[in-house]
Amino acid sequence: MALTGIQIYKLLPKTNCGECGVPTCLAFAMSLAAGKAELAACPYVSEEAKAELADAAAPPIRAVEIGTGERKLKIGGETVLFRHEKTFVNRPGIAVLVTDEMRDEAVGGRLERFKTLAYERVGLTLQADLVAVKSASGDASKFGALTAKVKDETEAGIILMTEDVSVMEAGRKACGDRKPLMYAANKENADGMSALSKEHGCPLAVKGNGLDEVSELTTKLTEEGLHDLVIDSGARGIRKALEDQIFIRRGALLKKYKPLGFPTIAFPCEMTDDLMQESLIASMFVAKYGGIIVLSDLQGYALFPLLLSRMDIYTDPQRPMATSPGVYEVGGPNEDSPVLVTCNFSLTYFIVSGEVEASRVPAWLVVVDTEGLSVLTAWAAGKFVGDLVGTSLKKCGIMDKVGHKKVIIPGYAAAISGDLEDELGDWEVLVGPRESAHIPAYLKEWQP
Amino acid sequence: MALEIPKMSYNGVIKEIPLGKEANPVIVGGETSYPFYLFEGEMPHPPKIAMEVYDAPPEEWAQAALEPFADVINDPAAWAQKCVSSYGAEMVALQLASTDPNAQDNSGEHAVEVTKKVAAAIDVPLIVLGSNNLEKDTEVLKMVAEACAEERLILGPVTEGNYKALGAASLAYHHTIAAGTPIDINQAKQLNILLGNLGVPDERIMVDPTVASLGYGLEYCYSVMERDRMAALTQEDERLQFPIVCNLAKEVWKTKEAKLTEQEAPLLGDPLKRGVLLEAMTALLLLLAGGDILIMRHPDAVQLVRGFMDDLMAN
Repeated sequence: MALTGIQIYKLLPKTNCGECGVPTCLAFAMSLAAGKAELAACPYVSEEAKAELADAAAPPIRAVEIGTGERKLKIGGETVLFRHEKTFVNRPGIAVLVTDEMRDEAVGGRLERFKTLAYERVGLTLQADLVAVKSASGDASKFGALTAKVKDETEAGIILMTEDVSVMEAGRKACGDRKPLMYAANKENADGMSALSKEHGCPLAVKGNGLDEVSELTTKLTEEGLHDLVIDSGARGIRKALEDQIFIRRGALLKKYKPLGFPTIAFPCEMTDDLMQESLIASMFVAKYGGIIVLSDLQGYALFPLLLSRMDIYTDPQRPMATSPGVYEVGGPNEDSPVLVTCNFSLTYFIVSGEVEASRVPAWLVVVDTEGLSVLTAWAAGKFVGDLVGTSLKKCGIMDKVGHKKVIIPGYAAAISGDLEDELGDWEVLVGPRESAHIPAYLKEWQP
Repeated sequence: MALEIPKMSYNGVIKEIPLGKEANPVIVGGETSYPFYLFEGEMPHPPKIAMEVYDAPPEEWAQAALEPFADVINDPAAWAQKCVSSYGAEMVALQLASTDPNAQDNSGEHAVEVTKKVAAAIDVPLIVLGSNNLEKDTEVLKMVAEACAEERLILGPVTEGNYKALGAASLAYHHTIAAGTPIDINQAKQLNILLGNLGVPDERIMVDPTVASLGYGLEYCYSVMERDRMAALTQEDERLQFPIVCNLAKEVWKTKEAKLTEQEAPLLGDPLKRGVLLEAMTALLLLLAGGDILIMRHPDAVQLVRGFMDDLMAN
């Protein structure tokens, strides 16, 4: 958590020598707090102050990267307890589990679904991120072979799951330069895992029995020079697992307690045998602080809702989601089909296009750039007004696609119809319903 | 160095609201911490699930949602009974959707008749919800309030536009109010103040913050509810210390993804399980944000969420 200017000031020499280029130490402290100055500009700052400031500048929860290339995943780096306080930053990684005792079809099916289950939404591709490869047999060569298969057949980030250091080494070798997450170091194997993680620069997960044991392990590993750690508190009951997630996040943010300042990994796959319930548990970890969420399988009916929950919870509340402006076809429209215009707030777009689709009347939907604001807000802010909407309609090419000269505007923007008619010349502006739920009834009456 | 986990200091409590018939009350509210933060507070009355019943046979429902009720969609009273006896509904929510002037525009008299039948068929609390048309809701809910005096219904949405008429009617005929505002914490607080000024006692008020489905703006109501609970429990914001009602099922099941068949969208998988999970996951996230009453539709989703709540409360 960043220090305030006053807190920084207390660490400075308070001599007001001016050699840093700012007349007073207080002013310098303020610049530091605002990120406008470098501590190195002060020639007299003490070593303790330097250490303390560097400490304070480090993020309270470490951001950890897993994998390489396009599918590289970054987790952690969170700074708040509630998304409305700022935003959640790095979406939790969704992983699917395969083991070396699963039948080939079971592994193949999971890898296939990992690749094919991807959903396009508001310019985002929603999909799972990781494959967790678990050694169930304890056989190093089997583990290596399965890991190699996962690496060859997918671009996924890989989690290697075994508590046996020599088995881990076999998996790591099979990963090549994919930079897997090694799961997990525990009280017994910490030295071996630590050496392996250090040698290959791979992030390491820590599994403890409770938060005290986790803290001891992360403290030891940090002292050995490892920083890219991930935490498993060991809890597998729903209530306890939620509690641990909250304690870890609070400890890191409110107490700046370094031993818990790492992203977490959660295992809904080990908490139930029912895939429906597993998905619900996974969504709890989306809301409450999971860094990686490991599932027993991927099925569209369960994965899609889970990916939506992740998209929703990790949407930045400071920035509205926007759809690309332009002309959208709904239901295969032709030159006689109605033309509706709306804003580019994604929620509005989704709802309006859904209702138009539900009407079964093919239509053109023109989305105007309102910088992600809803119709009413955009109108109030002068971004959904006659001349701007008119210009968008002329530029988007819709006028060449239809034979008629009618455009339907949202009921809430009725006030712009006069200006819009002036802007469009011989076009007729029709005022549609205020509520999108009434669009189907409205469109059924449509005559070109 | 062992860590002492920082506990939140709460100074507020959510009000306890008794619902339903006096002989058989169901109490909601009473929380002294964030939802399910049982390591530092209590939830003396775990959240309740109300199951939906419609005042006319629903049109264009997904097959998955229709199937469990196929035998009762023409009979709201039988539908309500089925929810209670077969699916263990702790409350019933009667949606007066057919009164919408943009739908069948059914009359207030029709609404009264249906409400009376449903109320007589069950002994759990009955929530009666209008169609979200201000003028029509005012007219219809007022008639229902009067005709069903002493049934101790929960009426909603009571909004800024009709709180005087419906507040007075609820007061006179002993009903509880679900105060509806459009995803805005300040408006929610303001409406609670207005209802208080009108003389509606606190134990007759609940908050309907307007909720959305997963994938369709859930995050807005999620954060409004979290902020509501934060203000109520940690900032002594007395006018926000009311239980929250989430009318979620109709939002979930109207989305495109809840209706598509597997042929239309193979990547979305089995439509029954998908619809059930969309509903259950929306419900779970709203529970974690502070929901006290979840208005739900599909029996499988109800069962999943109930089981999850038990796990969250388990010792």
